[in-house]
Amino acid sequence: MSENLISVNNVSVNFDYQENFISKKQKIHAVNNINIKIKKGSFFGLVGESGSGKTTLGRAILGANKISSGNVIFHDDEKDYDLTNINKQDLKEYRKKAQLIFQDPYAALSPRMTVRDIIAEPLEVMRITNSRQETDDRVRDIASKCRLNLEHLRRFPHAFSGGQRQRISIARALVSNPKFIVADESVAALDVSIQADILNLLKQLQNELDLTYLFISHDLSVVAHVCDIVAVMYLGHIVEMAPSRKLFKNPKHSYTKALLSSIPSIDPENKSKAIELKGEIPSALNPPSGCVFRTRCPNPCDNCRNGKTKMGLIEVEPEHWVDQCCANCS
Amino acid sequence: MSHLLEVKNLDVKFDTDEGRITAVENISLSVDQGEVLGIVGESGSGKSVTAKSIMQLNPGNTSYNEDAEIILDNENVLKFTSKQDLKKIRGGKVSMIFQEPMASFAPAIKIGVQMVEQLLIHKNINKDEAKSISINMLKRVGIADAEKRFNQYAFELSGGMRQRAMIAMALSTMPKLLLADEPTTALDVTIQAQVINLIKDIIKEYQMGVIFITHDLGVIAQVADHVAVMYLGSVVEKGPVNEILKNPKHPYTKGLLEALPDINNLDEPLKPIPGNIPSPLDRPTGCVFRTRCPNPCENCRDGNTEMGLIEVEPGHWVDQCCINCG
Ligand SMILES: Nc1ncnc2c1ncn2[C@@H]1O[C@H](COP(=O)(O)OP(=O)(O)OP(=O)(O)O)[C@@H](O)[C@H]1O
Ligand SMILES: Nc1ncnc2c1ncn2[C@@H]1O[C@H](COP(=O)(O)OP(=O)(O)OP(=O)(O)O)[C@@H](O)[C@H]1O
Ligand code: SF4
Ligand code: SF4
Ligand SMILES: [Mg+2]
Ligand SMILES: [Mg+2]
Repeated sequence: MSENLISVNNVSVNFDYQENFISKKQKIHAVNNINIKIKKGSFFGLVGESGSGKTTLGRAILGANKISSGNVIFHDDEKDYDLTNINKQDLKEYRKKAQLIFQDPYAALSPRMTVRDIIAEPLEVMRITNSRQETDDRVRDIASKCRLNLEHLRRFPHAFSGGQRQRISIARALVSNPKFIVADESVAALDVSIQADILNLLKQLQNELDLTYLFISHDLSVVAHVCDIVAVMYLGHIVEMAPSRKLFKNPKHSYTKALLSSIPSIDPENKSKAIELKGEIPSALNPPSGCVFRTRCPNPCDNCRNGKTKMGLIEVEPEHWVDQCCANCS
Repeated sequence: MSHLLEVKNLDVKFDTDEGRITAVENISLSVDQGEVLGIVGESGSGKSVTAKSIMQLNPGNTSYNEDAEIILDNENVLKFTSKQDLKKIRGGKVSMIFQEPMASFAPAIKIGVQMVEQLLIHKNINKDEAKSISINMLKRVGIADAEKRFNQYAFELSGGMRQRAMIAMALSTMPKLLLADEPTTALDVTIQAQVINLIKDIIKEYQMGVIFITHDLGVIAQVADHVAVMYLGSVVEKGPVNEILKNPKHPYTKGLLEALPDINNLDEPLKPIPGNIPSPLDRPTGCVFRTRCPNPCENCRDGNTEMGLIEVEPGHWVDQCCINCG
């Protein structure tokens, strides 16, 4: 199981910001020099601050966002697809194999299609099924696995609750049996019971079909339960990456520590230990020099404080990677 | 003192091709000034529909029962029909943070323009004041470079920034009642904590009443004073937050707490509540949870019980058939 399915090499993504037509263009540094390898059949977790670039990275890996520099390679059984240098035919093939479950299902589901047609569309576009009967069977099978009521398949998406719409997007992504799925906050709108159901389903498919996931989530308890490896992002950078249990037991980066300390607990006596982050949240339009977390770090060393360090992951324990300046100074 | 909001015996039904669907049945709730009522419950159980009823935002195929009342500030909003009256509740006395941020920002208008517009409708202020209130609010929800983000379109923001911009917009008019529908699903836990503290500060400062819908029980523990638990259109249990989380009585509430993933015990498998979710077209008679209940009594099983909350401890209400049989 050590084969890589995805290699992300020095990937950066920038967006333009312009106040108005005459003013100077500025750059939003959404994703900076990211290197990750996603193993075949693994559940790769991506967590981090809101706005840190998780969705952008996920979309870049799917070829749904431009890549400003670096490259992404999808290693399929027979051949490699280089997303920065891919022809139309290959991109079409790749899109069959890799699916995105959107963060915002409201925006992703066409209001004029019935739910049956929304879920069936990938099967029809990719000509995976041979008859309407076969399509219907697959739609019904995946819909019921995603805990959707089969009587409602003729309805339009607006007649569903938020969590039901989220399950429709999941069903649509799974129906064509892809090899790789980017799941962006895909269980965020579900109550804990249905969430457990869906996560068990994703896990089951991981085992049965050797499916690989990039799982983006803010719910750290969920990530701890389902992910094999977790990367932590802050302002466009991965600051720490490790097998899930190692990361949750022994976080090394100051941001990861603060993040893990803030998980809300249902026990009211248990809320004291959160590490509070002070200081203004820096902007992706104008990121700090050196360590991007230094403006809010509870205990930066002198070098960090002056912005003199250089970012980059180093392996401090087998498979446990931490930003080098953080590893050196604390 | 009368409540800021009182919902009495509310049913909400939708007419669809498949027939008449009962999305909400016989719900009664109240919220006082300065109080946070949390609503938790199964996906599809009627939480958003209940909140939208308060602003009359449900679509055209909706019907309410004749004897339902939603009393806000001593007026029954279900009787409101004129534009003038509706404007009073939509964005005036009441603001809503919608579950899906993309749904509340028009895609082709900059978010700042939308925030300012909304303030100008409901407050007696000029454009510059509205702009500075908006930018200040964006800062308070933790958006860096707020002046610049103010100039962007919703699709240019990250999911969590969009959600925070919507929170900022809803809070900027300082409503009497805030309806927050899953407002923190796209936020990491540190920013979530900041936003929750902000909402708490504003509640204190302005004595705002809040309905806070979330599936995150940890968040409920932090923000809510009282909690109502919904299943398939009914409130099956309600009471003070600590009481509900520490001493749940209804099997559905217990099942939810059991299903919560425990970060300190990663070897434990995730435990969903077993059984299929019944269709709202075909709600079970008697107790709505009986088809999935781990130990229903004979009467429950046959659907011969009648639902309705009774008070088992001061302020702690549970569905009556559950108490009688459990
Ligand atoms: N316009 C509509 N027409 C028909 N049925 C509807 C309509 N809107 C909502 N429903 C149904 O009403 C029920 C309650 O929906 P609601 O959105 O209130 O659920 P919810 O509790 O907010 O769930 P979630 O946690 O998933 O957001 C659902 O079964 C939904 O499918
Ligand atoms: N289409 C776009 N145009 C301009 N800027 C964009 C665009 N998409 C994303 N950005 C910017 O890129 C940065 C990273 O956004 P991204 O959506 O990747 O964050 P995220 O980590 O997914 O956050 P969240 O957890 O809030 O969803 C943000 O500053 C965002 O404003
Ligand atoms: S490198 Fe320095 S400033 Fe950055 S997180 Fe580590 S200790 Fe803090
Ligand atoms: S009333 Fe009966 S069936 Fe319903 S939840 Fe209680 S014990 Fe279970
Ligand atoms: Mg995102
Ligand atoms: Mg909802």
